[in-house]
Amino acid sequence: MKKLRYALFTGCTAKQSTPEQMMSTMAVADKLGIELVELTEASCCGASHLQDYDDFLSLVLNARNIAYAEKHELTMVTICNTCQLNTAMTKHRLDNNAELKARVNEKLAEVGLEYKGTSLVTHFLYAIIDDIGLDKIAQMVETPLSQFNIAPFYGCHNIRPSELQNETHKTPENAYNPTSLDDLIIACGGMNVDYDEKNKCCGFHAELQAPKTAATLTGNAIAGAMDNNADWMVTPCPLCHLKLDTQTHHASEAIGREVSLPVLHMQQMLGLALGCPQESLGMKHHVTKVNFL
Amino acid sequence: MSTHTITKQQVNFKVFRFNADEDYLPYYENYDMEVTSEEVVLDILNRIKWDHDGSFSYRRSCRHGICGTCAIKVNGRATLACKESMNNMVKIFGNELVIEPLSKKRSVKDMIIDKGDFWEKHEAVKPYLISDVDEHPEHEHLVTPEEAEELNEADLCIQCGACHYACPVVEINDDFFGPAAFAKAYRFEADVRDDAHVERLEAVHQEKQGVWDCVKCMECAEVCPKDVDPISKITSLHNMLFKEGVATSNVATRHAVGFKHSIARNGVLDEGGLVLYSEGLSIVKHVPVALKMFTKGKIVPPWGITKSDNLDEIQKLVKSSSTAKF
Repeated sequence: MKKLRYALFTGCTAKQSTPEQMMSTMAVADKLGIELVELTEASCCGASHLQDYDDFLSLVLNARNIAYAEKHELTMVTICNTCQLNTAMTKHRLDNNAELKARVNEKLAEVGLEYKGTSLVTHFLYAIIDDIGLDKIAQMVETPLSQFNIAPFYGCHNIRPSELQNETHKTPENAYNPTSLDDLIIACGGMNVDYDEKNKCCGFHAELQAPKTAATLTGNAIAGAMDNNADWMVTPCPLCHLKLDTQTHHASEAIGREVSLPVLHMQQMLGLALGCPQESLGMKHHVTKVNFL
Repeated sequence: MSTHTITKQQVNFKVFRFNADEDYLPYYENYDMEVTSEEVVLDILNRIKWDHDGSFSYRRSCRHGICGTCAIKVNGRATLACKESMNNMVKIFGNELVIEPLSKKRSVKDMIIDKGDFWEKHEAVKPYLISDVDEHPEHEHLVTPEEAEELNEADLCIQCGACHYACPVVEINDDFFGPAAFAKAYRFEADVRDDAHVERLEAVHQEKQGVWDCVKCMECAEVCPKDVDPISKITSLHNMLFKEGVATSNVATRHAVGFKHSIARNGVLDEGGLVLYSEGLSIVKHVPVALKMFTKGKIVPPWGITKSDNLDEIQKLVKSSSTAKF
């Protein structure tokens, strides 16, 4: 089989507050035989906040990031749901609006770049499901996670709005009944936990300005997983991870109940199942101890 | 074979029942029915009432997706009962469907909810044209097709409440206006004939009730049966707050603006720097969590940040492409 190659847009957290996510992405890619070409020229995607201040600037910067993936003639893979939404939404808007695309390209021309629309933008989770396949991944599992009940936490920006799902993925999933992460848990040999909050919001984006709202949503999510007998949670989004892993104190206070569960990045879960050395997955960087290893 | 072949299947409905006058707690009634691919969810509600229990209550009127009366939730997904085909529901959720009101806590009788909070928020954004119109105008107030286009999408709202009761912030924060009210505020803010711009924007800027408390979950965009896309209207309102000079310096506005500064300096975000810039002295409340994160190697100091390659390009673009001032 031809080796898979992707342009990797790491996003900012992978290099700062979630180093374990960067480590586990590289470890898993290595195991799966994926070559990741890191887009070191990329800027921050604006994280759904820059656009509130300056929508056009946000478009230009995201188009520039995609232009670098296009230069490599590769699919751009993201490892953060919010990077995915911002980048894929930029692509969606430019590909469907020639006038806007021309305005953005006028700016990019100043730095010798052009956004063409030739690279797909997809999250690592969907890239491996679409391009390797769950059956193949299941066959590669060395250490099945069969003793664990694992609660998937999808993260809003991968599943909504579904128009981006539909134009990006071979098997688009429904925002109200998503299955990709459940399927990956099963492929890894684990038991997937069903609970109401699995496709709900963690509150991350309102953490500074509406801390009570944000903490309540985080608390509800962890409580939902706990009440359905989850041993731990797994998420494809480092921002959800930050909320669920580091904010349990505020979350518990907000909902008036002690809540806490280990939370793994999807790359870490996959890494454990594929037999990656534990130290390569960065569990020591978690604030909520990964207590089952 | 014709594509219009009617198929039949067996579906189990678990239906929320509650009568505020009699019941202490809500309960669920089970109905097993054979449903056809021709039916919509409203047909099922009718059949429950007509064939099983005449006391079952719900709102319905136009049956054409125009009046916005019959919105309910199926398996947690808000939808117009008269528009949603049973086929689609079974395709997404399988043969076990849970029928619930838009908001369980606001149920008065079965599917009928007290929508008072929705209308209160709607009213709060002054959902009407505010304009000093001459009693005897000499000519029409002309609106170009391009100007009309700006508010077309927002104008399609039928006030069904689907987005309002799908919004997780509305559920938690009683003051929050919610996506429908914001889309309506945008509808009039974007209207060139409207003179109330700043007045309406000031209400939308207030913390707790205004746009800054939005968590950006995209639920409103996903759920809207009319493709109003409320979240994009919320973004437009954010932009207007800066453009019209209504945005004052607070943690939320500094948070949005801080991204630009950080990107101009490093290309990538300086996470710690952004929190410091946004919070100012209030940063102290983050110290306990920050200390825990620091001991786990989750905090990179400003001097340790790997800047983007070709940073000069980013800096040039930030200069040339900026459209907002603060």
